[in-house]
Amino acid sequence: MEEEHSELSNVERRVRALETVMTQKGYIDPAALDVLIDTYQTKVGPRNGARVVARAWVDPAFRERLLRDATAAIAELGYSGRQGEHMIAVANAPGRHNVVVCTLCSCYPWPVLGLPPVWYKSAPYRSRVVRDPRGVLAEFGVTLPASTEIRVWDSTAEVRYLVIPERPTGTEGLSEDALAALVTRDSMIGTGLARAVGET
Amino acid sequence: MPYVSHADIGGRSGFGAVVPEPEGAVFHATWEARVLALTIALGATGRWNLDMSRSARETLPDYLDLTYYEIWLHGLEKLLIDKGLVTSDELSAGCARLAPVPVDRVLKADQVAALLAKGAPTERASVTPARFKPGQRVRTRRTPAEHHTRLPGYVRGKRGVVERVLGTHVFADSHAQGAGEDPQWLYTVVFDAAELWGSEAKPGHSVSFDAWEPYLEAA
Repeated sequence: MEEEHSELSNVERRVRALETVMTQKGYIDPAALDVLIDTYQTKVGPRNGARVVARAWVDPAFRERLLRDATAAIAELGYSGRQGEHMIAVANAPGRHNVVVCTLCSCYPWPVLGLPPVWYKSAPYRSRVVRDPRGVLAEFGVTLPASTEIRVWDSTAEVRYLVIPERPTGTEGLSEDALAALVTRDSMIGTGLARAVGET
Repeated sequence: MPYVSHADIGGRSGFGAVVPEPEGAVFHATWEARVLALTIALGATGRWNLDMSRSARETLPDYLDLTYYEIWLHGLEKLLIDKGLVTSDELSAGCARLAPVPVDRVLKADQVAALLAKGAPTERASVTPARFKPGQRVRTRRTPAEHHTRLPGYVRGKRGVVERVLGTHVFADSHAQGAGEDPQWLYTVVFDAAELWGSEAKPGHSVSFDAWEPYLEAA
């Protein structure tokens, strides 16, 4: 890696010192750290959630199970575990939009969305979305009709929320995989909408 | 010393605009990934719980000046020192000087998948009936807590409606203080924005949060 050849920053030195001492004391197995990182870099991410949403769009019985017991329905697709132990799915509909936040820290449904983006964990989003959701959505380029009701869900306990965005119009003939490709990470947090066909 | 959480920022002004970020890279530097992994691996030692680590992070005096993974790093160092696994001298020197203390577990590479799959469910068997039911009006506690809590300041002393009963869950306030799991009923409580923000609230805006029963009284 590049940093091996350059001056280490203070924080890099501090992390390296911590890992060294923890290894010397036998509290960690450095190989386990590599597996953890690989898991969240390459295996667990928002494509999981996109598959859940696409399934809910094409399969009404699955959608019903998802809205009734999201933890079990999501596990049907093989996604479960840490930071997704107690899932609730909330569905957008005409006139109703849902947005998720954790004002107190960074609670986020890891098994379906992976690790949260920087903005989700940062003070501007956490402080403002509960107070001015329309203003925050505008910063994501999303403008909802004035008549649309907005619910902001503050994840204060161990329940994790997944937004089911509205299915875009004109997608009737699409396969489940093609539909999943329209489901963005932000649309499952509520700061975006699912892509229209042909939109990138 | 009064307990101060620097993380309780819902509704506060002055933090500027949100900066959206494309889907993709989850880490923005190699060290961030190491901090995430160290946090999970050292959590597996069993010397503290998730609520204790949230408490360690939110009480960092410079919380609002740190980046996210810096908060995790400083919080982790604080826990390790507080729980006696390491000294600050050892961390500064980058070299172990004292013998390790016993830990419940050292996470091995081949145990990672099972650890993540298992997670840490917080729902427990209910032994008392729920005090509130959906549709019931409630008021949140007015007084600030003198310890870690998950009752955000912006919903303190506010009137809302119970929307959903979520079962009985490990109570973060007790768990963070080392007072055991103390399971309590958990509810989704919804507030009209006008109750929270007064005249600046726009119609059709509501906010909900998940509240343990001790946060609530009948209204």
